[in-house]
Amino acid sequence: MKPEIITGAEIVIRSLQKESVKFVFGYPGGAVLNIYDAIFKQTQFKHVLVRHEQAAVHAADAFSRATGKVGVALVTSGPGATNAVTGIATAFMDSIPMVVISGQVPTHAIGQDAFQECDTVGITRPCVKHNFLVKDVNNIASTIKKAFYLAATGRPGPVLVDIPKDITAEEAEFIYPKTISMRSYNPVIKGHTGQINKAIDLLVNAKKPMVYSGGGVVLGDASESLTNFVNELEFPVTSTLMGLGGFPASDSKFQGMLGMHGTYQANMAMQECDVLLAVGARFDDRVIGNPDNFLAKPKKIIHIDIDPASISKRVKIDVPIVGDVKNVLDEFILTYKDIKKTHDKSITSDWLKQIKEWADKDCMAFKDDGSQIKPQRVIQMLHKVTNGDAFVTSDVGQHQMWAAQYYAFDKPRRWINSGGLGTMGVGLPYAMGCQLAFPDSQVACVTGEASIQMCIQELSTCKQFNLPVKIINLNNRYMGMVRQWQEFFYGNRYAESYMDALPDFVKLAESYGHVGMKIEKSSDIEPALKEAFGPKLKERLVFMDFITDQSENVFPMIASGKGLSEMILAEDL
Amino acid sequence: MRHIISLLMENEAGALSRVSGLFSARGYNIESLTVAPTEDSTLSRMTIVTSGSDEVIEQIIKQLNKLIDVVRVLDLNDGKYIERELMLVKVKASGQYRDEMKRISDIFRGRIIDVSDNTFTIELTGATSKLDAYIDSLDNDSIIETVRTGASGIGRGDRILKI
Repeated sequence: MKPEIITGAEIVIRSLQKESVKFVFGYPGGAVLNIYDAIFKQTQFKHVLVRHEQAAVHAADAFSRATGKVGVALVTSGPGATNAVTGIATAFMDSIPMVVISGQVPTHAIGQDAFQECDTVGITRPCVKHNFLVKDVNNIASTIKKAFYLAATGRPGPVLVDIPKDITAEEAEFIYPKTISMRSYNPVIKGHTGQINKAIDLLVNAKKPMVYSGGGVVLGDASESLTNFVNELEFPVTSTLMGLGGFPASDSKFQGMLGMHGTYQANMAMQECDVLLAVGARFDDRVIGNPDNFLAKPKKIIHIDIDPASISKRVKIDVPIVGDVKNVLDEFILTYKDIKKTHDKSITSDWLKQIKEWADKDCMAFKDDGSQIKPQRVIQMLHKVTNGDAFVTSDVGQHQMWAAQYYAFDKPRRWINSGGLGTMGVGLPYAMGCQLAFPDSQVACVTGEASIQMCIQELSTCKQFNLPVKIINLNNRYMGMVRQWQEFFYGNRYAESYMDALPDFVKLAESYGHVGMKIEKSSDIEPALKEAFGPKLKERLVFMDFITDQSENVFPMIASGKGLSEMILAEDL
Repeated sequence: MRHIISLLMENEAGALSRVSGLFSARGYNIESLTVAPTEDSTLSRMTIVTSGSDEVIEQIIKQLNKLIDVVRVLDLNDGKYIERELMLVKVKASGQYRDEMKRISDIFRGRIIDVSDNTFTIELTGATSKLDAYIDSLDNDSIIETVRTGASGIGRGDRILKI
């Protein structure tokens, strides 16, 4: 067969096609013009033009979170790349598989302070799983192959490929490698059998067992395995913010989210348990608070994680198991079946009774006399109107916590938010990524009037691509979470947390060609949501501006640096 | 505790900055770092001298292993090893100093590799602690200039870091 000689830009496109990419989120510019010209000539994938590079990366990130596939973003050199950095860092903190292709100035201009030049590889190095600068047209295909492989395997993460403009103009033979092997990179998939036996032994003898499930369960597509295993043992389960949906929230064994704004029963059980099974979670500061306090109650900890560096990072682990969580949990189930008959489940009955007592405190109750719109009520109604089956994206702040607390997620990959980096502005681009991936599904973007303004320009992208996202704007005229901390810890001095000079969101939405609604009465919450999600507006983006109670706070709350049992409850105030 | 970590990494542009960036980003100590290609030119070998509690060292090793370009990592302190560092010292060697400098250099098995009317330049190799001892034995005023390579290390006997 005659070798196929094509340009570097065409090699980029063909490589993406080989990876079965469906969407490329991007924004053109000088250094990527060759690539855009090649995109113009192809029809296999769709390019989604955003209004800011940050949104391109967020949308690609959400596409990945919702589908499990590698998201792809394309940006130009210099400001294109620096605008992408927030999106890359967001994906990195939450271990999201993504490939970002950035243009670079021509190789001869690198280091000359050329127009729109920046050291993209240097700037992104600390917030990518890996990155590459391609200096030879013959290496484009193999580098892109490596990028997809690295992004999706092991502990996933974003990988950046920086390609100088001249390299995309040069020609080379297109050979896309079928497989890749790297001597320096061999992620462990299968867990150690001896360790698995040890773990099962600890679990069946536990009087006060607890399962702590994290984002790794969602990312590793392990929620079915986790659910099966927990159903066998009948143990209580809690989940991190990132793990929501990994275990069905409507199951009676589920104790709600844990951590800074976790439920009373989940946090108390984490603190008081004697054997803890941590699955794809990383004991971070927002989850266990102060590690010394957490370990004050002696407990044996089993930790399953794909990343050895996550194990014993903040908390010493008794039984570490490095491996793919799904693979390891399936081994757990097999190992447990052998000894199932000898497992005396009654030894946990006192413990389950204790957890029930904690749960009876009903820490998620909130006062609602109907005089104002309570944000929690909006989320509960959203759950009702969407049958708990929507993709829910959020921005960062109080509304994020309420969405996590009150929208009971029964399925994985439905709750899309920035947990690690906590990036305000992700909500709308996240909703775009979800809606493109699942055009017939309901997608709700739960946001606040502060967060939404950080990527509001994407209303234009939504118009262009007919994305019927429903925006639930919990508008309390404050940066709510900042105000809450200022109320609790800074003597009610609300420094710069008031959102002055807000736009008329209804008119704003309308000016972009969308539908705007302003909801001011509690009794209007449900009818408004029904209308927005109803058949008449099915094809339209609806911006719902809910004017909510300004003084509402997120409870329970653990102050920064405090222990899990030191929660502030709504009733305490 | 002081640890000497040896690692093999792909000999690629930017690999060094991934390692040094990791240390600064995570706040790990770095006493010295040396790097050069090995007999296999696709690989570089690096020796990092660091310090920290057992937990910190464990994290450093794990984080280094996590870098995509890093092929293998070995904590030399896990077994027996040899450590050597090269130092060049320019000292005053006029009048009263000239004989004494020669004597001290001999005691530490240093070699005088450059001589001028007023100075000697002495080459010294050994464990970092030996080089420190040499510096300590000199009168501070007599030292004009020093340069050290940082430690390189290798396991004893059957302890091998190779792919």
